[in-house]
Amino acid sequence: MQQVGMQSKISVKGLNFYYGNFHALKNVCFNVPAGAVTAFIGPSGCGKSTLLRTFNRMYELYPKLRAEGEILLDGQNILAQDVDLNLLRARVGMVFQKPTPFPMSIYDNVTFGVKLYEKLSRSQLDERVEWALKKAALWDEVKDKLKQSGYSLSGGQQQRLCIARAIAQRPDVLLLDEPTSALDPISTAHIEELIHELKSEYTIVIVTHNMQQAARVSDYTAYMYLGELIEFDLTDTIFTKPSKTQTEDYITGRFG
Amino acid sequence: MSSTSNRKFLQRQRIYDSFFQNITKFFAFLVLATLLGIIISLIIGAMPSIKQFGFNFLINDSWDPVKKDFGAWSPILGTLITSFIALFIGVPVSFGIALFLTELSPLWMRRPLGIAVELLAGIPSIIYGMWGLFVFAPFFSDYLQPHIIEHIGSIPLIGLLFTGAPMGIGMFTAGLILSIMVIPYISSVMRDVFELVPTMYKESAYGLGATTWEVVRYVVLPYTKTGVVGGIMLGLGRALGETMAVTFVIGNAHDIKASLFMPGTSIASALANEFTEADGVLYTSALIELGLILFGITFVVLTLSKILLLQLRKAEGSQS
Repeated sequence: MQQVGMQSKISVKGLNFYYGNFHALKNVCFNVPAGAVTAFIGPSGCGKSTLLRTFNRMYELYPKLRAEGEILLDGQNILAQDVDLNLLRARVGMVFQKPTPFPMSIYDNVTFGVKLYEKLSRSQLDERVEWALKKAALWDEVKDKLKQSGYSLSGGQQQRLCIARAIAQRPDVLLLDEPTSALDPISTAHIEELIHELKSEYTIVIVTHNMQQAARVSDYTAYMYLGELIEFDLTDTIFTKPSKTQTEDYITGRFG
Repeated sequence: MSSTSNRKFLQRQRIYDSFFQNITKFFAFLVLATLLGIIISLIIGAMPSIKQFGFNFLINDSWDPVKKDFGAWSPILGTLITSFIALFIGVPVSFGIALFLTELSPLWMRRPLGIAVELLAGIPSIIYGMWGLFVFAPFFSDYLQPHIIEHIGSIPLIGLLFTGAPMGIGMFTAGLILSIMVIPYISSVMRDVFELVPTMYKESAYGLGATTWEVVRYVVLPYTKTGVVGGIMLGLGRALGETMAVTFVIGNAHDIKASLFMPGTSIASALANEFTEADGVLYTSALIELGLILFGITFVVLTLSKILLLQLRKAEGSQS
């Protein structure tokens, strides 16, 4: 598990996660490289979404869920008790399995997170909206109907709106939890292109069920099984000559 | 099995089926017939009063059995004002209860609290009335009312609503008791619709660093607005028609006073109080017309709430 010359954005050290008594993540250790796309793959229930949701401590919304160990984001342990959850989540954006536009206009959707933490003038907000929507490759399609409801968009556009909403806040890290699982192939292609565009500026972590997608969009891949990180390496290495037979079995479709 | 016996069997099945269909249809129409029957008998019963007073009945504020001069304005106003007070107090409290139960409460508290709220809905209204008259009203007049009259009563305009002698009973007390009675209805509907909001939406907002209040204000409430309004309408329907509890504490005076601390009357409480002593056709008929008006008001409110709930269901369908 050596990645020479990479700078890590997130360091996961001895992470254990519990759903009540169920031990969902077992001593996970690895580094998420900065300015690259890292994919988590593995069969359902292997803990990849759980791992992703520790990065913004989303699990804190629910009782009986707890994480032990250390997750360093730029050297700061985000699992520490004194970390402000809202500020952490503003730094770590997240996009979900299904598009989740809020019941408000496209413009208000994009400015939602921005307004929570920044006091901007109207023109600055306008600029930010245009910037985020352009980043999310949605600007040309919606620039004439920013006042319309977010629901008026197609599924793929809604998902790009959610990505725009996340990056409008200028987070350090972007978490994508199976972002294309509810989308058709064309919208999926759009999102994948977008991920490619965004990785120069953001550290992106993506959970995906689709191995081809992991191969297409990611620079690094982590294979997980039953709560353990089996293998983490360059995506090319994982998909061409994985060091563990378990990984190879999964990749080649002999298992899972 | 031979083909003839098979056919007989099928025939019998069909007869059973149509019998079952017709009997359920009969029950369903029975409801409609009852509704129409009630409306028609109310109209017939109210006829002498309608003929005598006409439209004027609605805006006449006198209620004089001796002179046989009847008008519904005072009870209509009393019904609307007490219901408004009930919603004014009940809606924010219900919202808080629903919010706590769905978003903030620890898991182990959710069930007992939810059951307690539902039990509150099951208490017979006469208990609320007795409690209001014998427990709350004396407490209110001894400890709270003098302070309210002293401090708020001296403010211009708003103060007018809180003047008079601290009697404990009156429009305000009736509205307050009503608010306790509508809280279980409104809060359980609100709780149910808040639970309809997909977890992922709430997580999306939390994921942007929103606080619980911001999530509720900008995501949960807009998402559930139709259901919330429907729940409020349901509570309003109950407040408008509530009889026993209001009769106990409203004071039953056919007067229109600016102060909420003065006794008043509502349609339902006027009916409950006066039906036994109504002598003569016109008096009885005026009371029946009051009933017809109440029926009209509740009917409008319930229809509105049904329409809103239908819209809620439609919205769910298109988003799944």
